[in-house]
Amino acid sequence: MATTALFFVFAGLAIACALSTVYHRNPLYSAVSLIGVFISLSCIYVTLAAPFIAAVQILIYAGAIMGLVIFVIMLLNLDEDKPYRKLHYLYALGGFLGIVLLAQTFFVFFAVKRSPHTPVNVDETVGKTLNIGANMYTEYLLPVEIVGVLLLMAIIGGVILVRRLSQPELTLIVDNELERRNEADEKDDYRIAL
Amino acid sequence: MNETTINILKTAFPFIVFAVGILLAFQGVLMIVAYTVLAERKVLGWIQGRIGPNRVGPWGVLQPFADLLKFIFKEDLVPDKSTKFIYFLAPLVALTCALLPIVVYPFGPHLTDPLSWLVPKVQGIAYLGDAVAYIAAQAKDMPLTIARIDVGVLFVLGITSVGVYGIALAGWSSNNKYSLMGGLRSSAQMISYELAMGASVIGVVMLAGSLDLSEIIRQQTTAPFKLYIIPQFIGFIVFLIAAFAETNRVPFDLPEAETELVAGFHTEYSALKFALFFMAEYVNMFTVSVMCVTLFLGGWYIPGLDWLARFIGLEAWFGQGTVLYALISHVGFIVKICAFLFLYIWIRGTLPRFRFDQLMNFGWKFLLPLALLNVILTIVIVYFLNS
Repeated sequence: MATTALFFVFAGLAIACALSTVYHRNPLYSAVSLIGVFISLSCIYVTLAAPFIAAVQILIYAGAIMGLVIFVIMLLNLDEDKPYRKLHYLYALGGFLGIVLLAQTFFVFFAVKRSPHTPVNVDETVGKTLNIGANMYTEYLLPVEIVGVLLLMAIIGGVILVRRLSQPELTLIVDNELERRNEADEKDDYRIAL
Repeated sequence: MNETTINILKTAFPFIVFAVGILLAFQGVLMIVAYTVLAERKVLGWIQGRIGPNRVGPWGVLQPFADLLKFIFKEDLVPDKSTKFIYFLAPLVALTCALLPIVVYPFGPHLTDPLSWLVPKVQGIAYLGDAVAYIAAQAKDMPLTIARIDVGVLFVLGITSVGVYGIALAGWSSNNKYSLMGGLRSSAQMISYELAMGASVIGVVMLAGSLDLSEIIRQQTTAPFKLYIIPQFIGFIVFLIAAFAETNRVPFDLPEAETELVAGFHTEYSALKFALFFMAEYVNMFTVSVMCVTLFLGGWYIPGLDWLARFIGLEAWFGQGTVLYALISHVGFIVKICAFLFLYIWIRGTLPRFRFDQLMNFGWKFLLPLALLNVILTIVIVYFLNS
């Protein structure tokens, strides 16, 4: 009973934060709301007896990925979204697609309710770190290695993309030389004018 | 009291225990943090050849309360063009993420059956006797941690990485170039050194075989070298240096250096909001000290107390599992933490600060490879010892 109440609390929080993410015009408010969504999801994972996934969700999603997003927003100094006034048909299209989504959701609910209930054995030890680690390195070793190679490719790609190909050359010009060069430029202008 | 009331109380009992535990731990941590502020000013004074504050109370012991009153009564300025919601949110995020790891601190060893001597004495009294009997039955094996989370180390590391947001958002929402630069520099530094900190913990987790902080301490009581600082001294040094960078303390405190960036990310914060940032910094110091002590110095374990109890013959009084043993271990834990806090203050008074590019170079090109080298060495040695 307590689990159900907690689920409703955290799911409600996640939905509220998700709505807030798509509502705000200021991109930083959206990013902070998205962090709220990830933290709520992490709490739901804890109620599902998966503490490792919950901790890793906070560490990686809310900590690293959203940190990256927030840095990008701050450094690019994105302005608030100006509302477009010309695309009215989008409201109709969005409403129609929303109704389709609702219909699909209700269909799924009724289909699940009508199907015969077979009780699933909830194995509570699956979420423990020991079991995740043991499975990762014995049965699922190939996917783990492939993901490692994928991440390595991403890192190398990122380093190559931001590499400066040529160093900008700076030459030191002494004050007198600078004045002489400026005077020469001004004399050119006079001669052309005359 | 009828049946339903008793049932409600029985269901609410774990929550009451949690609430009492959180209150006690919160109170203890805040007191230690308040006196760390005083200790910093006094110790820095002694290092610099002067006495610190000594006007308010003997030896200045009432200074933290005077500071708190000052912060409450100061004028609260809010910059006009700041993003108001995030401006108010940032110190709350910083302080909440600093205080959250309190729930996983291992304050002391398990108590086995601490209350059973009380039960015969109060048996006659109407409701008290039943209540005490119930509590004594629940407390057969009382851990001195508020929440024994299976992934305690990951929890602390995750909450510290969310705490970076407090600083980044504060810097940005102040609408001030110096704050933004300070906030971004501080966040970049914290993110870089988080990696080294996490990598240095992997060695300890491998030796202990668990991510649970209480389990790590328990493994250290039975380890061949007793404390993990001896096999993991490289990890210890890396963790210590990364901890200094995580908490924005000298020699890594360029983001809040007065001569460089006015006051960095907390330039535009005054009165109580600044007090929250200030407190968040010291609670962060406390958190990483607790992590350091738990992972490398055995936490509450004093290597010899158990043997001493058996040697003297007073095992019933302060052997393992008794209240006196837990008390002495807890005091030892606090003494070790205070030693680390003193180290923080000592280094602040002694070392100059890093330039920012030196700082980033050091974190990525020296500390992270060193931590990974420690992981590889630990893997190799553990493999050959086990086979």
